[in-house]
Amino acid sequence: MNPSLKSLAASVLLLTFASTAQAVIPIQHWTHASGARVYLVPSPSIPMLDVQINVDGGSRRDPVARAGLASVTGSMLLAEVAPQPGQPALDENQLGEAWADLGAQFGASASGDRFSVSLRTLTEPDLLRGAVALAARQLAAPAWPERIWQRDRERTIAALVEAENRPATHAARAFGAAVYGNHPYGFDTTPATLNAISVADMRDFYRRHMAACRAQVSLVGAINRAQADRIVDQLMTAIAPNGCTALSPVAQVTPLTAALERRIPFDAAQAQVQIGQPGFVRSDPNFFPLIVGNHILGGGGFTSRLTNEVREKRGLSYSVYSFFAPGLHAGAFQIGLTTRPDQADKAIGVAREVLQRFVREGPTETELRAAKDNLVNGFALRIDSNRKLLDNVANIAWNGLPLDYLDHWTEQVQRVSQADIQRAVSRVLQPERMVTVVVGAKP
Amino acid sequence: MCGTALLAPAHAASATASPVAEAAPLAAAVPVAQQFTLSNGMTLIVRPDRRAPTVAHMLWVRVGSLDEVSGTSGVAHVLEHMLFKGTPSLAPGEFSRRMAALGARENAFTSRDATAYHQQLPSNQLEAVMRLEADRFANNQWADDEFVREMAVVKEERRQRTEESPRARMFEAFSAMSFQAHPYRRPIIGWMSDLDAMTPQDVRDFYRRWYMPSNAAVVIAGDVEVLQVKALAEKIYGQIPARAAPVRKPQEEPEQTGPRRMEYRAAADQALVVLGYKAPSWSGGDAPADQDALALTVLSAVLDGYSGARLERALVQGAPGQRIADSAGASYGLMGRGPQLFSLTAVPAAGVTPAAAEAALKAELQRVAREGIGPAELKRVITQWTAGEVYQLDSVFNQARELGSYWINGMDIHTGDWLMQRLRTVTPAQVQSVAQRYFSDEQLTTAVLVPDPSKRPTVASDRPRPALGRN
Repeated sequence: MNPSLKSLAASVLLLTFASTAQAVIPIQHWTHASGARVYLVPSPSIPMLDVQINVDGGSRRDPVARAGLASVTGSMLLAEVAPQPGQPALDENQLGEAWADLGAQFGASASGDRFSVSLRTLTEPDLLRGAVALAARQLAAPAWPERIWQRDRERTIAALVEAENRPATHAARAFGAAVYGNHPYGFDTTPATLNAISVADMRDFYRRHMAACRAQVSLVGAINRAQADRIVDQLMTAIAPNGCTALSPVAQVTPLTAALERRIPFDAAQAQVQIGQPGFVRSDPNFFPLIVGNHILGGGGFTSRLTNEVREKRGLSYSVYSFFAPGLHAGAFQIGLTTRPDQADKAIGVAREVLQRFVREGPTETELRAAKDNLVNGFALRIDSNRKLLDNVANIAWNGLPLDYLDHWTEQVQRVSQADIQRAVSRVLQPERMVTVVVGAKP
Repeated sequence: MCGTALLAPAHAASATASPVAEAAPLAAAVPVAQQFTLSNGMTLIVRPDRRAPTVAHMLWVRVGSLDEVSGTSGVAHVLEHMLFKGTPSLAPGEFSRRMAALGARENAFTSRDATAYHQQLPSNQLEAVMRLEADRFANNQWADDEFVREMAVVKEERRQRTEESPRARMFEAFSAMSFQAHPYRRPIIGWMSDLDAMTPQDVRDFYRRWYMPSNAAVVIAGDVEVLQVKALAEKIYGQIPARAAPVRKPQEEPEQTGPRRMEYRAAADQALVVLGYKAPSWSGGDAPADQDALALTVLSAVLDGYSGARLERALVQGAPGQRIADSAGASYGLMGRGPQLFSLTAVPAAGVTPAAAEAALKAELQRVAREGIGPAELKRVITQWTAGEVYQLDSVFNQARELGSYWINGMDIHTGDWLMQRLRTVTPAQVQSVAQRYFSDEQLTTAVLVPDPSKRPTVASDRPRPALGRN
């Protein structure tokens, strides 16, 4: 490598990659008076700020008869603002204009575990003040308008009905049901569950889950700690009236006891194949062996075993992959591929063979070295923008990881051995007890 | 990452209605891009951004589906796949293995106008990445059996992206009707029968015809020092022998002289209406057509540029039973190597006919033509674009992509700034004027995706099909 290029690293950086004791990513952490945990990474280069609030209120908290509640609560939180003392109501169009006039973006959504609210704004003082104030109003006084819910429900149901025409919809539903059984990770949002949801349900769901005492607020951008403190104070004060109701525990995903194969006939241009089972929880001490292992099996793009065997050697698919989805519960391990309908059985055979062999034997020394090279050398690409940093900081906060987690990430990867992977993978994955869903295969 | 090709939607290959410039109002704090020509005619564009020790490296070739001829549609994209299949010194698959070992994330995409190969990498590996990319650009070579397997992959890609999606198939047919002479009529991924008939020689001929230094640009953004990168590029890319690029045929689209209309019947529950009007392309100059292109960009944004903009308000909101559409949108290509369209789309709400949705879309254009737009609306979309320029700085990859697409269009590295300056000069009167002049039925191509129950697949579904209706 050109030595002059190496010396470039000495420039003024957002991130300090020096080999000193200094943290790679200096995360400032404190607890707000409300109990909210705050994580700040000042990033002064660009006059912008990203804020993400996460609470325990993902779709795992959905009642089975009202599946989709967390998700629609997120979209309806954004709909309109009710009047507050000294401040008029804002209808949907006033609100849309207000955010556009600030040049800021405000969003809310639910994943399996988290209910998330996000704000992206410029840090020019007037705009920053305006954006945080508007976000606080939305959090404090969502209007839950019935007429907008009626409309959005119609639109969402229409999209669900339309999606019934696609084989991938049937594959995902059958896979989720078979892997998760009656666990909320597998709940299916349907027209019936949406019709069972009222705006009162959303208001309750929001009050119960958007609690400052459990909130984590991650901030990355051109602000200092004092500014961050004021912003968090304003946002947490907005949700203070929600109180701090205790939440009940959610059961773990039940392991599968036998193999299950579901073949769904469908007249499609491609067969959809999904193979998998419950995976592992994020707190599993074997997290690193498992993710490095999956990188080699089917997560590492063009160089993975599955891509090599299914796509490169045999031309059976454009897209073939595997992933783990660890969360508070054992999210699925899944292999997915699509192929011409008459090739489905052949592709399934190849994928199963690759999986069984990997579980039995683990990776080769060469594969492990290649995976480590890729993950370790490419580590900087995981944190080279404010957006990516925010995701990492929120991940550390959510999973209760040490603040220096990123500083030791590459060491953790380096430490993984072939035997670690083989042991961890064979403990978590049972190819003889997996679900196989095939939609649209033809002989 | 699940594939080598990221195809732009067939009818909106260029940057959408929201132009995002490459530098922002804080220009003083942001290093600017610089452009060089290497000794063999290859272009080098470098934009330093030292926030993090990473680099985006892209190699753009000014060749896309636009440069294909009938019978071999899709060859630009097939060639993009084959660039991963080796050189005399690199076995098939070895390119990606080496990139992975360097820590790089890599992929490539083909659009109507361009083919681009890209990597994101730690900045201390730039030289190694440049060597690998230069090697395959200059020396791509593979055996016929590699081609046979990769064609099977490409056909799976076509099934996944197009055959499996009624809307994608409809847009493909829509492009083929909007353009009669211009090659934008052909799908980027190619017609299936052309893929079936493609030969290794078709691909090798296309490679020899278009992959030469004078037809390519290396774009680098991130943690680099300009002069050092320039020296490296000269040493690595500058050694590729110069060759003249072939003369391009104009293939101009004749003037449309009357409305065109098609139905696309497919297994669907929701209809979809698309209205495409022929529109000018922004050349970066100051001709009347350029002024119009800027005003059309603003028009597109006041129709569909923010939550609650005109189309959403008029078509999607509204009381139950009176709503026109489940969704509605506007897009305008602004610039590209070929002719541009201004498009409106709507998914009619249950019980609303496509004709009613079509009329409602046109009514919004007519309203702007009649009443104009307010100064607050104009200010709002400018504010959004200005903020977007700042947010854009967060990603060096997006910066490289922006600079590369300007080069593909024959524009310089300052185009982003220039475009924002020009957009700020647009007046409400200009927007009203383009709304009056560009939306006659003579220039209109209408496509309607019509749900056809007879095409519905035979399904053993998990549950009965719910009836579509208003609650």
